Amino acid sequence: MNVLIDKFDVFAGGFWLTLQICVLAAIGALILGAVVAVLRISPVPPLRAVGTGYVNVFRNMPLTVVMFFAAFGLPALGSNADFLRVPGLEAIFSRLDTDLPYFRFALIALVLYTAAFVCEALRSGVNAVPAGQAEAARSLGLTFGQNLRYVVLPQSWKASIVPLGSVIIAMIKNSALIGFFGVVGDLSATADQLTGAEGYAFIPVAIGISIGYLIMTVPLGALLDRIEKRQAVAR
Amino acid sequence: MSQQTVLYDVPGPRQRRITLVSSLVATVLLLVGAYFLIYRPLDAKDQFSMELWGPLVDPSNENFSLVWDRIGLGLKNTLTAAVLAIISSLVIGTALAVLRIQLKSLTRRRFTGLATPVSYLLRGLSVLLSAVTRVCVEVFRGLPVVITIFFVARGFPEFGITFDTLWYLVIGLTIYNSVVIAEILRSGMEGLPGGQGEAAAAIGLSPAQTTRMILLPQAFRIMLPALISQLVVVLKDTSLGFIISYEETLNIGKQIIGALGNPIQVYVVIAVLFIAVNYSLSKLAQYVQRRLSRGRKTAATAGQTAPPAALMSQSEANGTGI
Repeated sequence: MNVLIDKFDVFAGGFWLTLQICVLAAIGALILGAVVAVLRISPVPPLRAVGTGYVNVFRNMPLTVVMFFAAFGLPALGSNADFLRVPGLEAIFSRLDTDLPYFRFALIALVLYTAAFVCEALRSGVNAVPAGQAEAARSLGLTFGQNLRYVVLPQSWKASIVPLGSVIIAMIKNSALIGFFGVVGDLSATADQLTGAEGYAFIPVAIGISIGYLIMTVPLGALLDRIEKRQAVAR
Repeated sequence: MSQQTVLYDVPGPRQRRITLVSSLVATVLLLVGAYFLIYRPLDAKDQFSMELWGPLVDPSNENFSLVWDRIGLGLKNTLTAAVLAIISSLVIGTALAVLRIQLKSLTRRRFTGLATPVSYLLRGLSVLLSAVTRVCVEVFRGLPVVITIFFVARGFPEFGITFDTLWYLVIGLTIYNSVVIAEILRSGMEGLPGGQGEAAAAIGLSPAQTTRMILLPQAFRIMLPALISQLVVVLKDTSLGFIISYEETLNIGKQIIGALGNPIQVYVVIAVLFIAVNYSLSKLAQYVQRRLSRGRKTAATAGQTAPPAALMSQSEANGTGI
């Protein structure tokens, strides 16, 4: 069990990096997912088709394929994903000692993939609002914007918070894949490094890595269960 | 189209005109955007040349049959792993669900008629077992599948147990998915009206018979859409076999790219294959869901209720694995 104590900083660093990419990817996916959801419920057919196509493509493709596209397809086009180097993100990227583009590739893949699921969660929330609510709002003379702001979105938010949370939990778990795509130092890459090259005993390392992921996923899941139970009573 | 009715009124002539005009504008904008943002960069790097696409789409190319032979092998391996994982996780998941339900009912039993210490011992034991299974489920549900597969592939040889890589992949997938399926089935069984189990007990069925003949069939029926979307997840997850160098579709794709140097083209073909299979499976799930909800309406006298919305959303959300 010594490896857990000796290499505690390695585990903590892996946890920290995984947490960073998860937070970044969650923010990106929520924004992109909201955009796609707006496209999917827009009244203009071509935009709706784009949204539907996006969701169908990314929901039915393994994340591994998206990762391969990002990690090997973008370089083939001569892009290093430098367009992500905006000031705020730059500070986080530069935290990595070796400034490899893989962190950015992994981030792009996670955001693109998760956004499809975020879109579906948001859309199912809007669809869960009874049609009578919006009709009543319209007959009161609310404009489209007012209707959304005061009637539809507050209710759809309630219906989509639990699915959204499940999507984020799934994304945290999916982020384990990045360690196998050249991102150095996240939890899964740490597992590979410690048990493979450095030859530590398997069980303690496995326990340490598992704790790292469970710290993130289990409390979130418990929180969601609570929210769900409270909503079930409220209904 | 259902979302239309929530947010928008039925369009009148003026609204229809606006929609038509904005559709045309949007189409033109999208096409122009696609040309400048997608076609031009790809064309600038010569990604549309026959040299790169030829081995994949042109039957007269010398590599065509070789490439598709390899892809066929990859597909076969992917499907083998997926089918094995699906069958074993269904079997183990069902067993786990039944076990958890039974243990939960055991913890409520008071074991009267036995000596006090014995009954306390039995009660403690059943509470303990129930807690252990609960913890196992939470742990394996909270771990990423990649990590589970990786642990299996690294851990088993450590203890001197070695298999073919296929079995590492199948075991890793089974561990994760059987737990998820167990949770789906358990919530299906707990969502059933309590009268079902009580009526079965009243006509003298044993707990095992009640589970087998009354609870499980209904749980499967209610949760069928969720189960099918879980199958999509398993199929997608087999692509993780590449991390333990199992020869599935993606790994083969990597070899082809190594030989021919056309990553974008090969990944497009693989993505299309995956999307075709998974899209039809998702459509099947939707169809089954519609069938089931229709059946429930006509058989309203049977007193069946739809599973609570919370259960459905939870099981659907489970379908968001890798």
